[in-house]
Amino acid sequence: MNDATLIRKNLFRKRLRAILLMVSILVAFLIFGVLGALQNAFSAGMGTAAQERLVTVNRINFTVALPYAYWGRIQQVEGVRNAAPASWFGGYYQEPQNFVQSFAVDPQSYLEAYPTEIVLPPDERAAFLEGRTCAVVGRALANQYGWSTGDRIPLMSNIWQNTDGTQTWELDICGVFDDTEGTYPTNYLMLHYDYFNESLRFGRNSFHWITINTNDPAQNDRISQDIDALFANSPAETATTTEAAFNEAFMEQFGNIGLILTWVIGAAFATILMIVGTTMVMAVNERTREIAVLKTLGFTEPRIFRMVLLESLLLSFLGGLVGLALAAVAAGAAANAMAGFLPPFGLSLANVLTALLLMAALGLVTGLLPAWNATRVRISEALGKI
Amino acid sequence: MTDASALYELKGLSKRYTRGKETVAIFDELDMTISQGDFIAIMGPSGSGKTTLLNLLGGIDRPSAGEVLFEGRRIDNLSQGQLAKWRARNAGFIFQFYNLMPTLTAAQNVELPLLLTSLSGKARKERVKTALDIVGMVDRAGHRPGQLSGGQQQRVAIARAIVADPKVLLADEPTGDLDRTTADEILQTLQLLNKELGKTIIMVTHDPEAASYAARELHLNKGRFEERGKA
Repeated sequence: MNDATLIRKNLFRKRLRAILLMVSILVAFLIFGVLGALQNAFSAGMGTAAQERLVTVNRINFTVALPYAYWGRIQQVEGVRNAAPASWFGGYYQEPQNFVQSFAVDPQSYLEAYPTEIVLPPDERAAFLEGRTCAVVGRALANQYGWSTGDRIPLMSNIWQNTDGTQTWELDICGVFDDTEGTYPTNYLMLHYDYFNESLRFGRNSFHWITINTNDPAQNDRISQDIDALFANSPAETATTTEAAFNEAFMEQFGNIGLILTWVIGAAFATILMIVGTTMVMAVNERTREIAVLKTLGFTEPRIFRMVLLESLLLSFLGGLVGLALAAVAAGAAANAMAGFLPPFGLSLANVLTALLLMAALGLVTGLLPAWNATRVRISEALGKI
Repeated sequence: MTDASALYELKGLSKRYTRGKETVAIFDELDMTISQGDFIAIMGPSGSGKTTLLNLLGGIDRPSAGEVLFEGRRIDNLSQGQLAKWRARNAGFIFQFYNLMPTLTAAQNVELPLLLTSLSGKARKERVKTALDIVGMVDRAGHRPGQLSGGQQQRVAIARAIVADPKVLLADEPTGDLDRTTADEILQTLQLLNKELGKTIIMVTHDPEAASYAARELHLNKGRFEERGKA
């Protein structure tokens, strides 16, 4: 036996209470882990490169198209090295619930816009550039539907209509792309803009956004202003921001995940703090007599303080670690279920470290008062008589 | 001058409580010497200060004035931390209501004071076994307090009090919660510890029959000691 035995025995002396407390902590960390993982998915592809690329959309919002002619004019703006137009296809495969995130892009400029993020073998790259009915798919999406190079698939759009009267585009999968950095999503499909555009029954010669690489990222503010000034007072004014800001705005359509995360976790932890804190104070008060006995036997006040504090930390870490483990499992399941909408996601090292810090903080905050109270126990008062 | 053979020396010991604006003296200018190997029963009416005196001897309370010397060294002026260490080394406590830890087994309860020593786990186990053997509780080592009778719990408490081999055992009404037969068994055990192992025992009791097991009876009344001889 040692102090750890005493701490463990004290924690589980009322097993149901300890388990309920642990479950409440577990739930808080489960929420923290799942929301944290979800936030990781929403911020995927927002690395340094995304800070250096620009995106131009219609000032109204990105669902309102821009005229095709803007592409050429933007390429003429001083400092623009590459401009890649893209249209939202809004695809699905076989059934409307099989959502396929798909864009009609200019292959040459789009691949140039993402030189390190999109990794495509040279032969597949050449095939994509050449073949008008060619499409390339990201690894995650290919895995989801079991597609591979050489497959021919019908991709339906829930927005556009083909000139043949259908909403289906036949596509040849000419390549499967990967992501070198592990942070860029591979859950989407790219088809040829020309093939898409020429077969449209309505809405031709327009695009939804244009991705821009500049010669010098330090000039991005000036370039953004120049582009937007170019189309000021036109029927389709533009708004140019960094790609990271654009992605963030796009994801905020689903809600401000960061804010939701902060509020939900804040509320959960405030509640847990009060419940665990109060229960720990009560649990130690119930043991006043036993603490007095320990002091009588010669246990010093710092030692008793440490034991109560460690008990609180043990409770916090037991509940927290199980909650975090469940969150990892739940995030994995959610990532599979949402593979078509979101890039692969899970708990990051930062999530885990933050959770460990929160567990320590929770244990310390809820343990300090009862630990302090335990040291203040006066033997003669607690025992009445020795 | 200190008495070299004395375990305890009380010099001009006073204890007062403040109740509102009134100061109440429990005892005043008390002098007493307790020798190594004594078995003393402290008796007296309720409120006479028996338990307070035991608290002072055990380093649990501090006097309002005067000195408590243990083996010639003052203990009344030690810090809380020093007193805790002094108690761990020198004093074993036996309570009226046993005060065993309900979540621990008898053996674990007995082992508690040894956690404050540098003994190895194996040495601790041997000590625990010996202590339980002395009080006849080896076969109940794995039982929790709730599974033991009052008398058995008090035996375990005695084992806990002696396991670290303290110089003095301080017992407050150790048989106050027990029936006569069990009380006699407990008192015989204490007597054995005093006679065979030379433990100094200071026992507070209301019970004249319990006091009869002690070698000396001190009656505390109105702040003064009166020693009654033993036959």
